[in-house]
Amino acid sequence: MTPRAEIVHWLFATGFLLLGLLLLAEAIVGRDVWRLRPWRTYLWPSLAFGLGVFLWPVSVFFTNSTLHMVAHASWAETAMVAGAAQLALVRGKLKSRYWTLAVSASMAISGLAFLIHEQNPWLFSRAAFLHHALGWTLLVAAIFPIGQTLRPRAFGWNAGFAMSWVTVAVLLYCDRDVAPIFGHLSPLAGAPK
Amino acid sequence: MDSELLGTLEERVARRTLRMAAIEAIGPLTMLAGVIWAIAQPYRLAILHPHGKGFYDWLAQPPLLVVLVGVFFAGVIAPGIIEDLRGARKR
Repeated sequence: MTPRAEIVHWLFATGFLLLGLLLLAEAIVGRDVWRLRPWRTYLWPSLAFGLGVFLWPVSVFFTNSTLHMVAHASWAETAMVAGAAQLALVRGKLKSRYWTLAVSASMAISGLAFLIHEQNPWLFSRAAFLHHALGWTLLVAAIFPIGQTLRPRAFGWNAGFAMSWVTVAVLLYCDRDVAPIFGHLSPLAGAPK
Repeated sequence: MDSELLGTLEERVARRTLRMAAIEAIGPLTMLAGVIWAIAQPYRLAILHPHGKGFYDWLAQPPLLVVLVGVFFAGVIAPGIIEDLRGARKR
């Protein structure tokens, strides 16, 4: 008894929505206020790391092709690397703020994995459209951690980074296994659900 | 008192009040988004459309998940931040 792919996507969307809201709150109040309570400092890096951990069973048990499995595994790895780098930074194990670029690299690799593993064109189905949209969103959003590295206190970079994850959550919530996009569904995609 | 300094202090207080309002709004706005979604697409809720729904359909009902995130933020995250902002204001 395994959940349908769309249900797994919605559960991850919930995690990314929470991640986005935490980052947005940090962007609004500023790093100094956010870090007044130590547990809050570890919150979003732990969540990112945890999402990476939970992506492993997804890549092992819920994928139906090698390419699909490799893509999910790459998301698991990059989420864990990004979360671990941030955890080490807030803990003080890593000193250089340039480690924030690990998040940027993770987002770029994840975006590329989305685009490379989606073999169908944009309008094949809603799932295909969302894979393209997610891939390009992550690729473009990879610029925000670069901005955060150069200007850590700038609201625009921090809020942009936060809203990127809210956008990812919205796109994942929109996912359906087989459904039309803009009224179109390829006859090869199967019967709409 | 230096009027320039006073202006700066007033600006700081106004900014802090705005930040508090923004933090307090995140949770309820997220909940509202979930409720609007539930009204717009009631068929995505197993509670309203239970026929033929399995365990996972009951576990993951997207609009309810969004509301849940809003409740968690408003109940667990926001109060501490507001308290810290008030504390920072007193200092």
